[in-house]
Amino acid sequence: MKRIPWTLILFVAAFAIPWAGSRFYTFIATDVAILALFALSLNLLLGYTGLVSFGHAAYFGIGAYTCAISMKTLGLPFWLGFPAAGVMGGLFALVFGFFCVRLTKIYFAMLTLAFAQIVWAVCFKWNGVTGGEQGMPNVPYPDLDWIGAIPGLGGFRVGDRFYFLTLVLVTLAILALRRIVRSPFGRILTVIRENPERAEFIGIDVRRYQLAAFAVAGAFAGLAGALFGIFNRGVFPDFAYWTKSAEVLIMTILGGMGHFWGPAVGAAALTILNLQITAYTQYWPLILGSILIVLLFAFPGGLVGTSIDLFRRIRRGRDAGRP
Amino acid sequence: MPEPSFLFGQFVGGLTASMFLFVTAVGLSLIFGVLRVLNFAHGSLYMLGAYLAWQIMGWLGPGPEHFWFAVLGSALIVAVIGAAIERLMFRHLYDRPELYQLLFTYALVLVLADIVKIIWGTQQLSISRPVSLSGGTTIFGTLVPHYNLFIIALGPLLALGLWLLLHRSRAGRVIRAAVLDREMLGALGANVGWLYTGMFALGAFLAGLGGALVTPVKTIVPGMDVEVIVEVFIIVVIGGLGSLWGTFLGAVVFGQVLAFGILLMPRFSIFSVFALMAVILIVRPWGLLGRQPTR
Repeated sequence: MKRIPWTLILFVAAFAIPWAGSRFYTFIATDVAILALFALSLNLLLGYTGLVSFGHAAYFGIGAYTCAISMKTLGLPFWLGFPAAGVMGGLFALVFGFFCVRLTKIYFAMLTLAFAQIVWAVCFKWNGVTGGEQGMPNVPYPDLDWIGAIPGLGGFRVGDRFYFLTLVLVTLAILALRRIVRSPFGRILTVIRENPERAEFIGIDVRRYQLAAFAVAGAFAGLAGALFGIFNRGVFPDFAYWTKSAEVLIMTILGGMGHFWGPAVGAAALTILNLQITAYTQYWPLILGSILIVLLFAFPGGLVGTSIDLFRRIRRGRDAGRP
Repeated sequence: MPEPSFLFGQFVGGLTASMFLFVTAVGLSLIFGVLRVLNFAHGSLYMLGAYLAWQIMGWLGPGPEHFWFAVLGSALIVAVIGAAIERLMFRHLYDRPELYQLLFTYALVLVLADIVKIIWGTQQLSISRPVSLSGGTTIFGTLVPHYNLFIIALGPLLALGLWLLLHRSRAGRVIRAAVLDREMLGALGANVGWLYTGMFALGAFLAGLGGALVTPVKTIVPGMDVEVIVEVFIIVVIGGLGSLWGTFLGAVVFGQVLAFGILLMPRFSIFSVFALMAVILIVRPWGLLGRQPTR
């Protein structure tokens, strides 16, 4: 049987969303796409390298501020601000990661959290550059006229055009991430996750690989942050707060960190659920917390892990029934 | 150079803040020492302590010294809640990866925050100081409220009491053994299950006590949970997770860095404590007075 090109189908389906004509659908789809990239970048650490970072929002926030400052304060175009966000996210991750990978387990998690809180405190207080507590509202949209010039895309609103741009950039970033985890470098990360001592023993410089993974994850989180700042029409210190780091961890676990697409599924599920539920009740955290508790106890593999399990069990059952 | 009386005022202010936070922080530290998990929900238990104290005051009605019943009652209720959480839920996660335990405590933060909002609403609440401690005394030209003096005295007494519990009682010996090697302790026939429940209850009691005691000087609002967990987290990391005197030292350092940091760089004092925490983690991950993990 030929493999079904799921990625392509998904991309085409996502690309078709603005034709539904609903501003709301485009809004959700943009949100999901950006957060999916954020969660996937975290999973490079969590699922592939076995590093529990509790401060991943730092790089998301750094990317968001970098892009917003480039575009709003410096007046640079998006095609400079966007890569700059990735570079800054990666650079800060490299510097912070240098210290973090020296520690193990709980201490690693705590230091990532400490650095993230430092980033938050700087964003919160450095009024001259980051706008302090008030953040930076009214981050401009990038120049999207050229998208309107593409045949077939002429009639769309600016939100839809930004969605097209986001979708293409996020897809490229995700393909790059997938390339990375399937490369020899990615394989070594998996070896480190499974058994760091043995990896060290066969001559792998574990710390250096962990640091490289940390920097790459930070760079992709920075890219996601850049897009989110524009989508959100503003950048705020909360982007780097520890609760944001917890949120992206929940997305990753909800989807399942054992599968490449798991975190993206988690991001989609959580975002859509949030928008549906907040229409009925203001107690979204209560529901999110309850979902998380059920998940941790009953479905530790996450949505994707559990469905794959279920699917396999059904197929095995069917095969066993045959003579 | 500012006046000495002003500096003394800053010092006393910092010390008061330290001792308030120490009550809560030492609970977090003790739980970590035995259970090896960072309990994000500790701040939520602190908030619950504050709201319950307000509630009990409402039930008791006006009375000059009802405050003390409210404080004790609230801390005890929070201890029972803590024990229930450990017995009914948390213990089923001990064989799961650390990340799951961490996220479980975060789920509790979300759930408890909303439960508090559902029960008590979102408006600010407050409790007045007990009449016996409503006055103040001028020391070196600074007026220090009696309630603050009481807290400054309570901190070291509590530390001493916990030290006696840990080092001079049978239960304490078992707890210290659990900190060193819990598998061996179980193998030697100690009832590790109830030990964990007891530790969780004790930690929760201290969180609730901290929350209830702070009510005369701080308004009770939703959001105090997330605010305090960050502060006590910094304290226990500076002092050393699981270390009693380390937590005490961490609280003192935290209070003074904040109090004098505001003088040196008004805007970045919060930044300075985070930076201090990061430096400690880099140089001495197990904290100033913590024990370096063997292996």
